[in-house]
Amino acid sequence: MRSELHYDAVVIGAGTAGLTAGARLAEGGARVCVLAKGVGSTHLAPGTIDVLGYAPDRVSEPGTALREFAAAHPDHPYALAGLDAVTEAATWLKSAVEAGPLPGYRYVGDLERNVLLPSAIGALRPSALVPETMAGGNAVASERVCVVGPRALRDFHPSLCAANLSRAGIEARAVEVEIEVDRADENALGLARRFDDPAWRAGFAARLSIMLQSDERVGLPALLGVRDPHGAWSDLEHRLGRRVFEIPTLPPSVPGMRLFEILRSALRRGGGRLVMGAEVVSVERTSQRLTAVSTHAGGRDVRYAAPWFVLAAGGFSSGAIELDSHWATHDRVLGLPLRGVPAPGQPRFVADYQAEQPMARVGVAVDGELRAEGAENVLVVGAGLPGAMPWREASGEGIALATASRAAELVLARAGGAPAGAAA
Amino acid sequence: MTVIDDLLRGSLDHCVKCTICETQCPVSNVTPLFPGPKYAGPQAERYRVGDEPSVEWSVDYCSGCGICSQSCPQGVKIAEINAQARNKIKRQKGVPLRDRIITRPTWLGRAGGGPVAPLANLTIDLKPLRIIGEKLLKVHRNAPAPEFARQRFSRWFKGHRSPPTGRKIIYFHGCGTEYYEPWEGQKVVQILEHNGFEVVVPKQDCCGLPLQSSGLFDDARKVVLRLARNLAPYVRDDPDTIIVGNATSCTLMLKREAREILALEDDPDLKLVSERTYDICELLLELHDRGELKTDFKPVNERIAYHAPCQQQGHYIGKPALELFALIPGLDVVEMNARCCGIAGTYGLKAEKYDIAMAVGADLFAQVRDSGADTVACDSETCRWQITHGTGRTSAHPIDFLHRSYGL
Repeated sequence: MRSELHYDAVVIGAGTAGLTAGARLAEGGARVCVLAKGVGSTHLAPGTIDVLGYAPDRVSEPGTALREFAAAHPDHPYALAGLDAVTEAATWLKSAVEAGPLPGYRYVGDLERNVLLPSAIGALRPSALVPETMAGGNAVASERVCVVGPRALRDFHPSLCAANLSRAGIEARAVEVEIEVDRADENALGLARRFDDPAWRAGFAARLSIMLQSDERVGLPALLGVRDPHGAWSDLEHRLGRRVFEIPTLPPSVPGMRLFEILRSALRRGGGRLVMGAEVVSVERTSQRLTAVSTHAGGRDVRYAAPWFVLAAGGFSSGAIELDSHWATHDRVLGLPLRGVPAPGQPRFVADYQAEQPMARVGVAVDGELRAEGAENVLVVGAGLPGAMPWREASGEGIALATASRAAELVLARAGGAPAGAAA
Repeated sequence: MTVIDDLLRGSLDHCVKCTICETQCPVSNVTPLFPGPKYAGPQAERYRVGDEPSVEWSVDYCSGCGICSQSCPQGVKIAEINAQARNKIKRQKGVPLRDRIITRPTWLGRAGGGPVAPLANLTIDLKPLRIIGEKLLKVHRNAPAPEFARQRFSRWFKGHRSPPTGRKIIYFHGCGTEYYEPWEGQKVVQILEHNGFEVVVPKQDCCGLPLQSSGLFDDARKVVLRLARNLAPYVRDDPDTIIVGNATSCTLMLKREAREILALEDDPDLKLVSERTYDICELLLELHDRGELKTDFKPVNERIAYHAPCQQQGHYIGKPALELFALIPGLDVVEMNARCCGIAGTYGLKAEKYDIAMAVGADLFAQVRDSGADTVACDSETCRWQITHGTGRTSAHPIDFLHRSYGL
């Protein structure tokens, strides 16, 4: 007996793009299965939705700037997804957050205007949609900032953050608070669990309040609760009698984990499946179509067959695209052709790490409707698409959401709303 | 060093220190005694050289749940590496008597099951004896202990005649069903028969998982290979005959863990058994996909909580039980979203680890209490006992609900 399952669509990857594509397909009535080798980008990213932060100068109105940007970069994922998809995906995300498992938690902001929020080192980052718990960090607000760092938290240095904020023109100072932990130090997640406990929070607020000055807002590393971040945040605002905001931390990212839970739960609510630990190890295809992918499941492989596939496995940073020791680039997941690879003899890298790297725009080659070259039933979404440089553009989540939403829309339209290939 | 050792250790190079495993580890998130999969695995492994003494002991506090390997986006075999590191510690430090006893469900089952069950159960319930057991054997006095069944599953099956349909299936019931919950096995048999299978129950024994997870690799190898030798002849000649089990951690042992962790990749009998073994819910879902599962399900109007145990997740097949529950009219299923119940087989029985196991389980126990469900469905027996211990709610294997819905 061969292990085999049939779906209307199989999504590969469980980062922001994969979970969004899966959730939206499921909401549209498709029987969908999301296969993931492991947990994706969410747990490492700040949890903000960056749509367009630099083009190449800092963007203040992303919705307006996108029009010009997409026109100037016709091969960019935003140009392929279309600007309507960006707007629509942003609206969808906000509603998914509000319908999600975290009571009261929500995202604020829109494509009209970017907000500038401090990073862990006090640099200002432009984002379009941000968790409400972070919004108080908006650089245009006039109140002074007190950056509060629990001493036990590794990789967060309030004085560094405050000094850089001051340099950017935001009056800021730093205080450190002792939090008793039972080990040498702790990551953000370990501390965030404590903030879910109201009694513990009350004690923390009492200790902190005597260190604050009257006209300050409080910036805390993003660790205000895992299960009930809205409750933790609003409770602290109330107890301290002032604005409180979260500052994204180095990984692990607590707001990113919240976003994962929100998207995962949207997928499950729609009836979609999620299979973790399921790395695609082989593919079956005809000359024009992918017919099935297989994953290891113990002693044998499970074959997932579907009329549609969405490739959301990421790019170089996830390992889905590799540059091997023979200087050849590959899509390691489905073996599809790539685009944007510098020609032999041309430079692949430049010495300045932060500069525009020639390899950076490599991705799986697609047509104007996100279809992979040579596999008409595979749609590519997120960081695996060519033509973008998310870390320079500050566009990663926007691309993930917009292309995933667009891909789901295309699949649902072509499947004619009538799920195919599924057992009754 | 075998090929599989190379593969496991080779996977270390893929660790990019992203901390995703740290966010997932149930143990390091509740106790400082275990610094987490990244430290104990990829980072500490570079200090574990060949036969030189181990310099890092905290890995003994890893419960072996395997969630780290499952969530690693780079494919690092963290749990498997840590299991081998635990074995190295045991080889170096010796094995406590307790670990030699509680890892032998067959010995325990034969001693306490069957006719002497009432007496044995009385012993388990007696607090003074449990306190003595804790002092002498370091088995925690409050650890969940199931009651022995008066009649073993295999005895029941001897008196049962599976209708000869010609479509044979091999049932691996495991020790939990054999000595403690024979009714689960009866339900599996009836569901399989309802779907046209002729059930065959070969002579069988422990899969060796408790020994493996406590680091007793040599004994575990002997035990799992003995089981593989018993099962392999039943599937060798017919490519369509498969083995199915309801003890999800034991089927995982046969499918993957024995080959990877115990470095038995090349044993032909184990390989054959590994390729043919199915978890019961996995099998039923695949049958449904092929249109071969009977769907004469009657309503079960009840709200239940479902917890997919870590070892079930280690099959890398998602949560088939949820898909099967969706076929039952009226069944209202609340999916639990906590990682682990804490017990991890025998981990939570150990006196020095009991409190950690209960702290790990606290998140799940709270979700169960909040779910409004009186019953918790869960694929693993030791997890079910722990959940009942932690919540006071009854627990049952997912097949219980299918069995009821079929009206069998």
